Amino acid sequence: MTNQEIITLHPKIFSPLWKRSPIKIIVSLLIFLYLIFSIKYFNISITDFINGLNKMKPILLSMITWNDFLSWNFNSILVGILQTLAMAFLGTIAASVISIPLGLLASRQVMKINLFRFIIRRFLDFIRGVDILIWALIFVRAFGLGPLSGVLAIFVADTGTLSKLYSEAADNSDNKQIEGLVSSGSSKLSTIRFGLIPQVIPIFISQSLYFFESNSRSAVILGIVGAGGIGLQLSERMKAQYWDQAFFIIIIILIMVALIDRLSRFLREKIIND
Amino acid sequence: MNEIILNSHNKSLIRKKRFWNISLIAIILIGIILSSIIIDINSSNLLNGIPRLGDYVSQILPSLESSNLFLSPKDQGSIAYWYFNLPKYLKLLFETFNMALLATIVGSTLALFLSFLAAKNTSPNSLVFFTIRRILEFFRGVPEIIFAILFVWVLGIGPLAGIIAMTLHTTGSLGKLFSEVHENSNNKPIDALKASGGNWLSEMKFGLLPQVLPNLISYVLLRFEINIRASTILGFVGAGGIGQELYLVINFNYYEEVSAIILLIILTVISIDLFSGYLRKNIIGVEND
Repeated sequence: MTNQEIITLHPKIFSPLWKRSPIKIIVSLLIFLYLIFSIKYFNISITDFINGLNKMKPILLSMITWNDFLSWNFNSILVGILQTLAMAFLGTIAASVISIPLGLLASRQVMKINLFRFIIRRFLDFIRGVDILIWALIFVRAFGLGPLSGVLAIFVADTGTLSKLYSEAADNSDNKQIEGLVSSGSSKLSTIRFGLIPQVIPIFISQSLYFFESNSRSAVILGIVGAGGIGLQLSERMKAQYWDQAFFIIIIILIMVALIDRLSRFLREKIIND
Repeated sequence: MNEIILNSHNKSLIRKKRFWNISLIAIILIGIILSSIIIDINSSNLLNGIPRLGDYVSQILPSLESSNLFLSPKDQGSIAYWYFNLPKYLKLLFETFNMALLATIVGSTLALFLSFLAAKNTSPNSLVFFTIRRILEFFRGVPEIIFAILFVWVLGIGPLAGIIAMTLHTTGSLGKLFSEVHENSNNKPIDALKASGGNWLSEMKFGLLPQVLPNLISYVLLRFEINIRASTILGFVGAGGIGQELYLVINFNYYEEVSAIILLIILTVISIDLFSGYLRKNIIGVEND
């Protein structure tokens, strides 16, 4: 076959691009126009960038030159790490405990009244719409600076998400065991206790573990608004331009998060397999 | 005889289960006690805070009156009075939205280029693979607000710092997700192109991309949702968007404005989530959340 024959056999593939997929052209054009618009809108200029990069150089350099390493205050860093972990732990436990009843009430399996379920679900959506840092800022106003505000922020933000996930787990549970209990005449409460709970508890636990993991990340940043933990140490050092110590703390945070990742993945696999 | 065996087995099962349950509860209790000691929680500061929280919430809620709900901004108790600053909020919301959109576009483009180098089956060699993976991990691991603090130092207060911070984080996380999609793709189309003499570029363009594109777009949309949330808070450290205004009104105790802005943020976040969920379901046909 010559090239010409192949082209006549598959005219569509060899037609020009704008004919083959006009959507692609339109989308790329729109993105291109948007980029031009945003350069104008945000006043992005090359000279600003170059100036910024020039300012960046000494910062990056001081990040990796640790001159007075031995004189750093490791004690406060250690306390910060421990506080962060404690905040994540307490916040996750409290959110998990309250999410069990909330999640079950938001699930079709338990709550048969549609209106009630709808109200709970919208309430959870509302909680989830507010970022954890905003919650932290509000709690700092009420409870003052410190890790307690961080715990409460994690608690509230996680309640929104965990309850939703719990309710979905309950929705997806197997109906047969529940029907079996109902048909043998058990009460509503014992149907839930023996028909539903045993099915969903492993999922609940593994989701809570996952949230402990992700909370140990978000607890890091809560310190920036004054809600305690390692974030406070980090943002203080960044404000004082101790870039070397700040970089050291970032590395410590990355190691901590990676270790917790490993641990939680290991535990989750164990729980799901059992 | 059988019954005895059954009973004893049943008992041992129950014993085993009880042991696990009790040890789980014990571990959790020890964790709670240790954590409470570390962060110095006691019932008194918790109990003292709760009424203050109630006070604060009642202060930030607007005092609407049903009789003059729809009157002009000058009348107390009307919605217009509560939202007297709406034009400013909308301007800032638009800025927030654009920050997230620009960071998503630039970040996902960078991520697409890097993802080929970070996927086992498309990476040129293991050294490149290893280096790019570690770089992506770093960008993903550092929270965007930390990057934002750094860039506010370098570039000054304004949305640009936030955009760069979000772009870096987006590149890190999407780069990893994209490369995993590449790794899970079918190798046969690529082999076919290789066999018929295609170069690396055409292998990727015609063999790999058509397979993975729906997944990639779906991830980009999910990331856009995440970036919208992130861009509402980056203003806390001066990196632009509506967060800056929220931080200001919270710290200066402009009580009613706090609830006005938070409500606007919630509405924006929820409507963008819904829109992007609709796009993912109906246009791309992939749901991975």
